[in-house]
Amino acid sequence: MITSNRVRWHLGRVISRQFETGSAVRLELAVPTWPGNDAGAHLDIRLTAPGGYQASRSYSLASSGESTRVVLVVQELPGGEVSPFLVRQLAEGEEVEVQGPLGRFFVWIPAEPEQSPVQLIAGGSGVVPLFSMASARERELKGAEFRLLYSVRSPRDEFFADELAELSRTVVEIVYTRESAPGAGRPPGRLTREALAASTFPASLSPRIFVCGPTSFVEAVAGWLVELGHDPTQIRTERFGGSR
Amino acid sequence: MRPWLTQLMTTPAVVVASRISCLPLLPPDTSIGLRAYLRTRPPRRIRQKGAVVEVINSSFGGRRGSSDSRVPPGQTLVDDWPVLSTGPTRNVDESRWSFSITTEDKVAHRWNWNKLHQVGVEDIVTDIHCVTHWSKLDMAWRGVPIDRLFEDVETSYDYVMVRSYGGYTTNLPLEDLLDGQAWVATEAEGEPLRPEHGGPARLLVPHLYFWKSAKWVRGMEMMPSDDPGFWEQNGYHLRGDPWREERYW
Repeated sequence: MITSNRVRWHLGRVISRQFETGSAVRLELAVPTWPGNDAGAHLDIRLTAPGGYQASRSYSLASSGESTRVVLVVQELPGGEVSPFLVRQLAEGEEVEVQGPLGRFFVWIPAEPEQSPVQLIAGGSGVVPLFSMASARERELKGAEFRLLYSVRSPRDEFFADELAELSRTVVEIVYTRESAPGAGRPPGRLTREALAASTFPASLSPRIFVCGPTSFVEAVAGWLVELGHDPTQIRTERFGGSR
Repeated sequence: MRPWLTQLMTTPAVVVASRISCLPLLPPDTSIGLRAYLRTRPPRRIRQKGAVVEVINSSFGGRRGSSDSRVPPGQTLVDDWPVLSTGPTRNVDESRWSFSITTEDKVAHRWNWNKLHQVGVEDIVTDIHCVTHWSKLDMAWRGVPIDRLFEDVETSYDYVMVRSYGGYTTNLPLEDLLDGQAWVATEAEGEPLRPEHGGPARLLVPHLYFWKSAKWVRGMEMMPSDDPGFWEQNGYHLRGDPWREERYW
């Protein structure tokens, strides 16, 4: 477990940047002093403009474990202050300040004794910390059963498309809300309570549930889960929609 | 211009790492007091035990138009009101809601919805600051001052564990709750507090990061020491002063 490390500031250097979608970038940072992080953790990035003006934002990590390389995928928010810079301008080799690792609640710990199944439910770019958990599960031979339900606008907007297809220890189901993949059996449409019930572990299995996405998505899904009989204390949520 | 500032401003966009202590560049004029100085100094250096690190992102412009002296460091103004909770929104009916203060003698002072309002509500206009980097200015709230609720409470303990429906907890020293600093709030922006924002009632302690302003609040328990609550056990600061960026530990 990595959670005993104190939070502190680090310096990260951009090792690689690749467009994940047309409006999201995958950044790999080398952070020599990074102590590693749990799956689901996040960090704060702080940018300083030449005049001293600063802006800070939180981003979930797609990577976990005891590595000094961290990976994040940043979705550009129209009209945002920090995300357009990270997506469009931050160059390979450039340095940024990062604070972390952050988050000890919305995390999955591989060595846990608890073996009840884990249900991951993502809306849009909320898939990042959940992908991190599924990847951590992938590295373990034994452990809890994992399922991921991923609601995303269209195949073009999907994060981690290749990696998700290769997961062998997490059952992945993708719901396209606006536009389906060619030949998909299901027409596009928003997630409903019935579709949620059909695509997730039932309450009778007492799954631990992680939900991450925009506020409206998390509110709807968490509400349905409670209606479907899930124990509210087993449902952990992370919402975004704060600072742009 | 002070020499230390000039030096910082002429430093190229590279990292300056130093082993000197965390406040090595204190200006000669410290008559304003350390705390005031910490609030006013340029937000360029990163304080860190044993090191001062700097990096400047030369192509970052930023949205300086939103700068306002009421916004603490590391915060950004929002127009909407983001929702952040650890789990599902709790739906607590007003008819079922109550609030209690429990002392070391196991004496419980209890208010139901009507009794709370009989204590007397106040209108409050205040700024709020969330640890997830957003701030909202001049929010109109209505609530019952914690001072009034403590009028008949006898306790020798200095700390409080706040408890919510659903199990959330957060710790506060009594001195952050009294003297007009905190309320049990039931309305925001002219409307009853919605469930996702903690309705029917939440704690309002606007001078600290907003995780201290517990949603769906149901009571306070006096404690002899400052034991950590939920987020405080999960990596967040014991007190949470936004002006000192007491975010994490």
